[in-house]
Amino acid sequence: MIELRNVRHRYGEREVLRGIDLTLTERRVAVVGSNGSGKSTLARLLNGLLVPTEGQVLVDGIDTRKDARAVRRRVGFVFQDPDMQIVYPTVEEDVAFGLKNLRLPRDEIARRVDAALARFDLTEHRTWPAHLLSGGQKQLLAIASVLVLDPAYVVFDEPTTLLDLRNCRRIAQVIRDLPETAILVSHDLDLVAQAERVIVLDEGRVVADDAPAPALAAYVARMS
Amino acid sequence: MLGLYLHRESPVHALPAGWKLLALAVSATAAFFVSDLAVLGAALAACVLLFVAARLPLRVAIDQLRPLLPVLLLFFAVQAAFVSWQAGCLMVGRFAVLVLLAGLVTLTTRASDMIDTLERALGVFRPLGVNAGKVSLMLALTIRLIPVLVDLVQEIRMAQRARGVERSPMALLVPLMVKTLRMADNLSDALEARGYDPH
Repeated sequence: MIELRNVRHRYGEREVLRGIDLTLTERRVAVVGSNGSGKSTLARLLNGLLVPTEGQVLVDGIDTRKDARAVRRRVGFVFQDPDMQIVYPTVEEDVAFGLKNLRLPRDEIARRVDAALARFDLTEHRTWPAHLLSGGQKQLLAIASVLVLDPAYVVFDEPTTLLDLRNCRRIAQVIRDLPETAILVSHDLDLVAQAERVIVLDEGRVVADDAPAPALAAYVARMS
Repeated sequence: MLGLYLHRESPVHALPAGWKLLALAVSATAAFFVSDLAVLGAALAACVLLFVAARLPLRVAIDQLRPLLPVLLLFFAVQAAFVSWQAGCLMVGRFAVLVLLAGLVTLTTRASDMIDTLERALGVFRPLGVNAGKVSLMLALTIRLIPVLVDLVQEIRMAQRARGVERSPMALLVPLMVKTLRMADNLSDALEARGYDPH
């Protein structure tokens, strides 16, 4: 369970989150909002990349301010642009990167890399340089590199924004099939509609928090 | 050359990265002491045979040298004009051996293996405050980001051309710098998110 207790966040003088209280227990939660509504900041607070200026974020009871490393082991993060997330030159090396950081034995790393590549149809591209992959394959590689670490939760920050329709659908399918708990931050209303719960942010505040149909209706009404 | 590892099942690929890097260092040093054209010719032939042993087409070997051709020709011309044509051949031959061997090592060794080897080798400098992990990650990121930056430059150039700017270094450098800094910021977030521990 992820809890946000009276979370406020400021960049200098600009307050981007203004008192957020949420308890996230569903398997699929989506966060929508206009540009600058604070949703990417909210996403970064969930795995301790940012700590709130005020308030608390707790992941399974662990305060992100007190033990960000333990929080990051529980919460994976998939960024909007996979090119900004892929660290190693080839596909299999990049998937192995996080496992090496955990200092796991070589044979376990090899076994988990093989499984992750197979899970995301990347086995035949395992020795490819990452820059030769298509946009959709790069996003799959980014997802594989995060999920190989077995996080309990995965935060997706606009995972389909840079993709064409076919790849959007493919990534949506991958997210739909994940056994892990996923928190989706997105403008893609089709992707958001597959969540169990949708949170609408506007100017740093939660303005709707409901099932997809009523929450998205409230979002669309605000945007028109 | 960087990051163009070509996977093959070959004895050259199977050699440990440390041995290949050591052999590269020794042969590159030895090449500069060779003063006999016949020996240098044999060394070049050996390089070609190593490409064959690595199951890499000869075209790949030629591709390693092609970008350096103007420089090699310049070296040859200067040596031939001021010393002798034999000296020009020796100079060009030495560089060709060096480039072919370096190319062979990068083509047959995964970046991660090379980086692991470098990290182990730099470990001996830890008491002097050298963080081998940081150095090796820096190398990995450099190899990884070269093609990303090339794409970025092309994208900015195209955007400038679309606006009628054909040749303006400032119009290229300013957005390139802004985007690169933003990229560095995002990468640092990504490294943190992926559990990277710099200590």
